[in-house]
Amino acid sequence: MYQIGNLVKELSDKHGHARESLMPILQAIVQKHNYLTDEAMVEVARELDISAAEVYGTASFYTFLDTQMKGKYVIRVCKTITCSMKGKGDIIQTLEEILKIKVGETTTDRQFSLIETNCIGWCHKAPAILINEMPYTELTPEKVNEIIKDYMHK
Amino acid sequence: MENKGLTKVDLIFEKIDSKKVMVKAFAMSSAEIIQSMLDSGLKGRGGAGFPTGLKWKYTAAEKNPDKYIVCNADEGEPGTFKDREILDRVSNKVHGGMAIAGKAIGAKKGFVYLRGEYRYLLPKLMIELDSFHKMIHEIGFDFSIEYRMGSGAYICGEESALFESIEGKRGEPRNKPPYPTTSGVFEKPTSINNVETLVTAMMIIHHGAQNFIQYGTKDSRGSKVFSVSGDTPTPGIFELALGMTVQQFVNEFGDGDTKAVQVGGASGFCVPRKKFAETIIGFEGVPTGGSMKLFNSSRSMYNVLHNYLDFFTEESCGQCTPCRVGCQQLLKGVEKVKKGEAKSTYLTELVKLADTMKIAAKCGLGQSVGNAFKSIVGNFKEEIIY
Amino acid sequence: MINLFINDQKVSVIEGTTVLAAAKKLKINIPTLCNHDDLCVAGNCRVCLVEQKGARTLMASCATPASEGMEIHTNTLKVRNARKHIVELLLSEHRSDCTKCYKNQNCELQSLANDYAFGDHVFLDLVEDKKYNIDRSSPSFIKDDSKCIRCQRCVRTCSELQYISAISVANKGAHQKISSFHDRPMSQVVCTNCGQCVNRCPTGALVEKTYIDQVWDAIYDPDKHVVVQTAPAVRVALGEDLGYDPGERVTGKMVNALRQLGFNSVLDTDFSADLTIMEEGTELLVRLKKALVDGDKNISLPMFTSCSPGWIKFVEHKYPEFLPNLSTCKSPQQMFGALAKTYYAKKRKIDPSKIVSVSIMPCTAKKFEADRPEMRSSGYKDVDYVLTTRELAVMIKQAGIDFRNIEEANYDSIMGDSTGAAVIFGATGGVMEAALRTAYEIVTGREVPFGNLNITPVRGMDGVKEATIKIEGCVDAWKFLEGAELKVAIAHGLVNANKIMKMTREGKAPYHFVEIMACPGGCIGGGGQPIPTNLEIRKKRMKAIYLEDEHKVLRKSHENPDVIAIYKEFLDQPNSHKSHELLHTHYVERDNY
Repeated sequence: MYQIGNLVKELSDKHGHARESLMPILQAIVQKHNYLTDEAMVEVARELDISAAEVYGTASFYTFLDTQMKGKYVIRVCKTITCSMKGKGDIIQTLEEILKIKVGETTTDRQFSLIETNCIGWCHKAPAILINEMPYTELTPEKVNEIIKDYMHK
Repeated sequence: MENKGLTKVDLIFEKIDSKKVMVKAFAMSSAEIIQSMLDSGLKGRGGAGFPTGLKWKYTAAEKNPDKYIVCNADEGEPGTFKDREILDRVSNKVHGGMAIAGKAIGAKKGFVYLRGEYRYLLPKLMIELDSFHKMIHEIGFDFSIEYRMGSGAYICGEESALFESIEGKRGEPRNKPPYPTTSGVFEKPTSINNVETLVTAMMIIHHGAQNFIQYGTKDSRGSKVFSVSGDTPTPGIFELALGMTVQQFVNEFGDGDTKAVQVGGASGFCVPRKKFAETIIGFEGVPTGGSMKLFNSSRSMYNVLHNYLDFFTEESCGQCTPCRVGCQQLLKGVEKVKKGEAKSTYLTELVKLADTMKIAAKCGLGQSVGNAFKSIVGNFKEEIIY
Repeated sequence: MINLFINDQKVSVIEGTTVLAAAKKLKINIPTLCNHDDLCVAGNCRVCLVEQKGARTLMASCATPASEGMEIHTNTLKVRNARKHIVELLLSEHRSDCTKCYKNQNCELQSLANDYAFGDHVFLDLVEDKKYNIDRSSPSFIKDDSKCIRCQRCVRTCSELQYISAISVANKGAHQKISSFHDRPMSQVVCTNCGQCVNRCPTGALVEKTYIDQVWDAIYDPDKHVVVQTAPAVRVALGEDLGYDPGERVTGKMVNALRQLGFNSVLDTDFSADLTIMEEGTELLVRLKKALVDGDKNISLPMFTSCSPGWIKFVEHKYPEFLPNLSTCKSPQQMFGALAKTYYAKKRKIDPSKIVSVSIMPCTAKKFEADRPEMRSSGYKDVDYVLTTRELAVMIKQAGIDFRNIEEANYDSIMGDSTGAAVIFGATGGVMEAALRTAYEIVTGREVPFGNLNITPVRGMDGVKEATIKIEGCVDAWKFLEGAELKVAIAHGLVNANKIMKMTREGKAPYHFVEIMACPGGCIGGGGQPIPTNLEIRKKRMKAIYLEDEHKVLRKSHENPDVIAIYKEFLDQPNSHKSHELLHTHYVERDNY
């Protein structure tokens, strides 16, 4: 609580206290803490003098502003048509096997969350995923294995 | 209809001396820049195809001294990735196009709204922006650009939703009128242009409007960048003159077994093999923001349609009835038909619903859901039912 | 002026007029749903679509400004087909258990369905796929998401009129919904229970929590003595739910109807409103003396009124540092409740444990107030059940009373007498006017210097009203106020209350005494009042309330004989020890989310 309050204060001093600062502030919190806790949203509401329900309402509109607990590395697997045609299913299966979680879940050590997402703009190199903000493309189960192993050792 | 065949062009990614173009633009008057755009016949490259010159002209005519130029880099249409490529490779031209637009409409400030999925580009873009700011400052151009990030919402590519998002709100499209040229971001006159449009504009200033109109057709001037994906041996980014037929496109990019091409993404049109020869890619035929997806005969068009409807059901902002509920009904409806739980004639009712959505939804997203639905159901009815 | 054609009829309107308003001018009815007179334009339900000649798409008439030469058609085949589709789409997301619904026959969606979408429906039922939530956590209202059609009137109400934004639109696409902060129960968020959203919800998604059955049970329980009190604003609005036009006073018929329903004693909240003036007026004068004469730095000014429970909860959530500025007086409802089970019980020689105390209120927040743990000074729950004006109308209908043709009757005695000062509590500015009528007279020995006691500067629908009263010719006891200028302010609707609180926080509020009512127009516009509401209706109710005042023989609270009697027999004097025990309260700080 103490820490998140400081961060929010720091961010609102940097971006300003007007409503237009809401997105940059929420984005920065997510970058740092992977998702938005209730405490963080209440703090942001206080700093920007808007209601907490509005902060939640805005955050929940945007897929990347998670309001549910997420791991350190959020893996987003593109499920839109080309990726879906080019082996998205295998990629998901591989990820579920390595991480021992299902889509929508987070590993118990809170390192990885696995979710599906809509088109991320890599259709020519499908299938593609994002891990946090980094894209990985032209994936095969083998490549996915390697990539995740690297993250596990980070 | 004119048919100029398939012509590869090198304009967007052409290496140029940005500073030289900026010096040239800076020496031009607002009216001269706008006239060049009008002469070139350039239409917006995001998909909607509004004439760029007119947009700038209207914004320039507004009395309010506070105006903005907004670069729409919220490229979310399934199958498009050209704006990411443009920003990655020639962001100086994007910034240049914005400054030129700023000069044309009388704006000193620009925003780039970059989709959250492309955040990995940001560090590099910041460096490029820094040197761009220095460069135009040297020339004496009073203009600055700020990046604002999206966070995963397809609808924010709709211009007024994008403004709402920049303002820190839910990305819900506004009622129109007022149009952005009168009341855009922060309720100020705004010209909002697609990434590629801005680069094209800069290149028109560089080469002149006449050079641009050597390509394309009367209704679809010039060239544009196509994002090619799906069942093709050569997926990727290709810059082509407008006005070719889908057949010519398929001849170049198909795998020999192409049964349909989805032109313009999920909100675009599905062209079946039997119509390849007669369909022009351009505003006189099937318009596209660049998304070209090829499907060969191994693909189920039911799966394609289902995927698109699932996409819209999630990505609709949800505020207006026809779009929010209509998408759910189309999705559930085709599922029921496929499972045999609804009669195949139910598709007729769904087509009527798609027609309602086209005329009753609040924004372009809801209005365009019917495009894919009607063209896929219309051309591949058997695949939807059986 | 702008000239346009609607259904081939020419109409001229001023610039900025919507197509919907222009059509209204021609008496052409266009159905609407998300549109509401009190709220900004949304344009999201799309029910009001019309066709413009030459346009590719239909347009929402509520959101489209009229323009020169426009040719609009409101009833083309295209429009009708689209409208039928839209109403059916709304119904496909809506749990249509109409016969079981509290809003049955008082539902805007139902009446649209009657007009435009009768017969078989084309679309699939989506309700079965959704995990809709019904939130019954608030004692004041129920939020049933399965009835919600996402028109967002409630969200706009909570934000534009009430500043709170306890609810917002959350998620997107198929998952879009109206949500509190992270879906918390409504009882655990900043919601003030004001019920303004309930008043504007077109369906049964937001309705008051009813206690009608509990009240019937009490009435038919031979062991119970059921007393009922009626708030001032009820009598000028109840008629609307029983076939009268807005602004008709039905006081006498209401009293008779309550008696016919079987209440053992029909009493008046106006009595305790008069009592409130004695207590609150004295509290103000004492605060002023301590601050101005004794130089007591701990005295909090301005003093804020405390009659409106929505407003109280607003301060508890949003401005807890100003809790000491709130008058410690309970609201008239709760003063009445505390006295019903003490003073009244004693006088009528009834065991207070056998008394069931019911109040009829224009308000949903009063249900919450009655449930507050502080409100048990009698040793029992001071007010057992709170019914809204609407619930009373339901009971009258259930009992088969021919309301229009019943005789008028008078309130029972002991806590049934009232003055015109109490009646005007129901309108914004009324508490202030009543307080001034009494306080000024206490201090100067003379009536307030306004014609016929009507203190017009504090009346009317302006969101924030201010007045300054110069005090001259004080009696000896109040000589320290000689020449002082008493600065007062009045706000109604929490968005206006917030303006005053912001000023106060910034140290820029020059006032001594401020009246605040949570609802637009004051209690006449309360969340428990008949639906629909708009400014015109509220103005008519307000006019009726001032008429009620003018018709009263007694118009100053301190002249109320029941009030004089209760001080003589029971309370001793205003702000006495006994008064503090029964009639005053304290407040708690609450979370700001």
